Amino acid sequence: MSAPSTTPRSAVANSVWPRLEPLLPQVAKPIQYVGGELGAVVKDWDTAAVRWALMYPDAYEVGLPNQGVQILYEVLNEQPDVLAERTYAVWPDLERLMRAHEVPQFTIDAHRPVRDFDVFGVSFATELGYTNLLTAIDLAGIPLLAADRSDADPVVVAGGHAAFNPEPIAAFVDAAVLGDGEEAVLEITTIVREWKAEGSPGGRDELLLRLARTESIYVPRFYDVDYLPDGRIQRVVPNRPDVPFRVHKRTTMDLDAWPYPKKPLVPLAETVHERYAVEIFRGCTRGCRFCQAGMITRPVRERSITTVGQMVREGLEFSGFHEVGLLSLSSADHSEIGDMCSGLAQQYEGTNVSLSLPSTRVDAFNIDLAQELARNGRRTGLTFAPEGGSERIRKVINKMVSKEDLIRTVVTAYTNGWRQVKLYFMCGLPTETDEDVLEIAAMAHEVIRAGRAATGSRDIRCTVSIGGFVPKPHTPFQWAEMARPEVIDNRLRLLKQAVNADRSLGRAIGFRYHDGEPSLIEGLLSRGDRRVSAVIRRVWENGGRFDGWSEHFSYQRWVEAAAEVLPNFGVDLDWYTTRERDELEVLPWDHLDSGLDKDWLWQDWQDALGEYEQDDCRWTPCFDCGVCPAMDTEIQIGPTGRKLLPLTPVNGLRVPSDAQQ
Amino acid sequence: MAYSQGFTPHPKISYASAAPTGVASEAEYLEIGLRESVDPAALRAALDAALSPGLDVLDAVVATGGSLVDRIEAAHWRIELPEVDPDVLRAAVAAFTAADEVFVERMTKQGRRTFDARAAVIDVNVIMPDETPSEAVTVPCAILELVVRQVTPAVRPDDVLSGLRVVADLEPPVSPRVTRLAQGTLTTQGAIADPLDAGRDGAVIGGR
Repeated sequence: MSAPSTTPRSAVANSVWPRLEPLLPQVAKPIQYVGGELGAVVKDWDTAAVRWALMYPDAYEVGLPNQGVQILYEVLNEQPDVLAERTYAVWPDLERLMRAHEVPQFTIDAHRPVRDFDVFGVSFATELGYTNLLTAIDLAGIPLLAADRSDADPVVVAGGHAAFNPEPIAAFVDAAVLGDGEEAVLEITTIVREWKAEGSPGGRDELLLRLARTESIYVPRFYDVDYLPDGRIQRVVPNRPDVPFRVHKRTTMDLDAWPYPKKPLVPLAETVHERYAVEIFRGCTRGCRFCQAGMITRPVRERSITTVGQMVREGLEFSGFHEVGLLSLSSADHSEIGDMCSGLAQQYEGTNVSLSLPSTRVDAFNIDLAQELARNGRRTGLTFAPEGGSERIRKVINKMVSKEDLIRTVVTAYTNGWRQVKLYFMCGLPTETDEDVLEIAAMAHEVIRAGRAATGSRDIRCTVSIGGFVPKPHTPFQWAEMARPEVIDNRLRLLKQAVNADRSLGRAIGFRYHDGEPSLIEGLLSRGDRRVSAVIRRVWENGGRFDGWSEHFSYQRWVEAAAEVLPNFGVDLDWYTTRERDELEVLPWDHLDSGLDKDWLWQDWQDALGEYEQDDCRWTPCFDCGVCPAMDTEIQIGPTGRKLLPLTPVNGLRVPSDAQQ
Repeated sequence: MAYSQGFTPHPKISYASAAPTGVASEAEYLEIGLRESVDPAALRAALDAALSPGLDVLDAVVATGGSLVDRIEAAHWRIELPEVDPDVLRAAVAAFTAADEVFVERMTKQGRRTFDARAAVIDVNVIMPDETPSEAVTVPCAILELVVRQVTPAVRPDDVLSGLRVVADLEPPVSPRVTRLAQGTLTTQGAIADPLDAGRDGAVIGGR
């Protein structure tokens, strides 16, 4: 027998592990709370000048693969005097035990209490994570309301796309960062480091003021919101001198200078994505009018083919992943996507490594790309997103893809060996009628018919996946009314009947959809103002957790909380969701600057209603959306003309020396 | 790492009688298939570096025939029972060992099963608390050591505790802490031998 094992984990002074460990056998999937993954970092507490707890407010299986958190975790931990640890939402079974045994919200790296950190950064990809934020803050022992916090509490900072309208969580966060995080976290770190080194003059208030003065960090408490008698916002104004009237988003311009993640986290428990993901560009100017991500991340900034190649090589070598995801908002639009895919396919030929493009426009997909993605014989899933069923509605949303494009592209996939493709659509779009949605059935039928004709096989399938449309801030649809859940559910029912009206074709078509109800609540949260904070709090107090999970989401709970709280302000759930806004209404996020010119957004909204399309400024002249001049940025695209060179195979076993610290 | 053939190749890994979730272990064994020969010491270091602190890879040997499953005949467990009086435990163990059969129930993947937890238990002893390095010594704690033969369905430590409940109404007030100390082949003296010994001296075992 070999020597007995070493001490399980290094002794950490403020670790809650001794109290947490006995609870773990009593909960589902305890491995998700253990930490210590490849890529995880544990640093010395006492020698760190600034300490960050980073959270993705969902379960480990969803949160761990999140790119944003992984990038910031690595950027921060590369700083010698900065320590960053991760925390995820705990499931209700562990939450109950933690409350019973007084175990606070902890980081999974060294199991330190979140309240001990200087900054608690939370990344919101979706508004449905808001109740999980409240659970984490409360479990951490931090007062729920930012106004009640003391100097002993961390600064709670929200980031991610949902931070472009943080008003519904303004009561619970101390600050919000708009836009790219890489440089923002370092700037916040610098401010916190200096403030602490000076002996924390002026306490929490002074620190928040210093953050607000950057003009790119929004501190809600320094702004007052006045309302009109009819419930609309009259104005949002600073309540302190030298706090900016508008807070601007950040843009990281040279993606090649920020090649993260370099050391991707390799999860111990099963997660939703197990792959090395590299962002091949950021931003999108296709101009789909529903797409908040495309609007708020402009301009397009490509990562060069050679940097992508190097990141893939080092990322795979470090992690041992077998799948590479080339991420972006529309990956086939990279100016060198063909060379990138063929270069990578060539480099990894004969290995288990497969490539995937999570989002592919039908008009940018072609036979060459199909063949490169299939080169190793393993075909990852293909998803195309026409978004709208009819030509008319696609003009409204500015998704300029023709039915012919779609059929041709899907047939290309079928003839290149794919047996199954997924088609993604939305329901509930502005001006949408039943007929627009029913055309999805005709499109799916034609896909199957053409696929069968081209392959001579009946063994092909497509899945029609439908999501509910949610109008988002900083998009041309920010003024739009939402369709009621009943309308959406009825359209989906009609669509299902239409798909199955032809039994032979219907059999080859899968149908996946979400009910309209969660979308309505997402709509409340995405376009809400500060008064919605009270609804979120009430839902959370009534047990609301994990609202992004259909088995945990309760529409009733949200409707009841809204009915209880909102009438005090003279508004209601419908006022926030199914009401169309007019041009002059002050929107809750008008003081938050995404770079987009509000007049341009309004014009684009009018163009949508007129079914008038807008081209992409990468290939046609600038259409004055306002971002580049406002943010002093510019489009950065290739081609660079460079190619990926064959790799020298690496033999032998590798012992990552700095995997654990 | 070697992979299985087929459309979705799987890495070739097989675990021999993995410890249940929530149980500590000092002795887990697994077999992995590799595409090429490597130095076992280098393999051990590479695997150890990739795993979490606390998941320590202690040893690796080249498999010399015979499957790992064949070399795991029995496991040695320690069960710490905080707030249980050692004398009460001793009495329960005496009742358990005196019985020929002790039937217990457990939910398995195939549904609820009833099976004998007694026959597989080769040795069971109550040991003195001061023999344990456990950190929680402020409360009385009874400690049980068990040697259990590998059978189907597996008799796990919680099944033996169920057996003590059946024969003597022993009901631990708090969750027991269970640790697997060793597993391996059973010598004629009833001791457990390291299943990797066969690979270490090059002897060929198996062929049964």
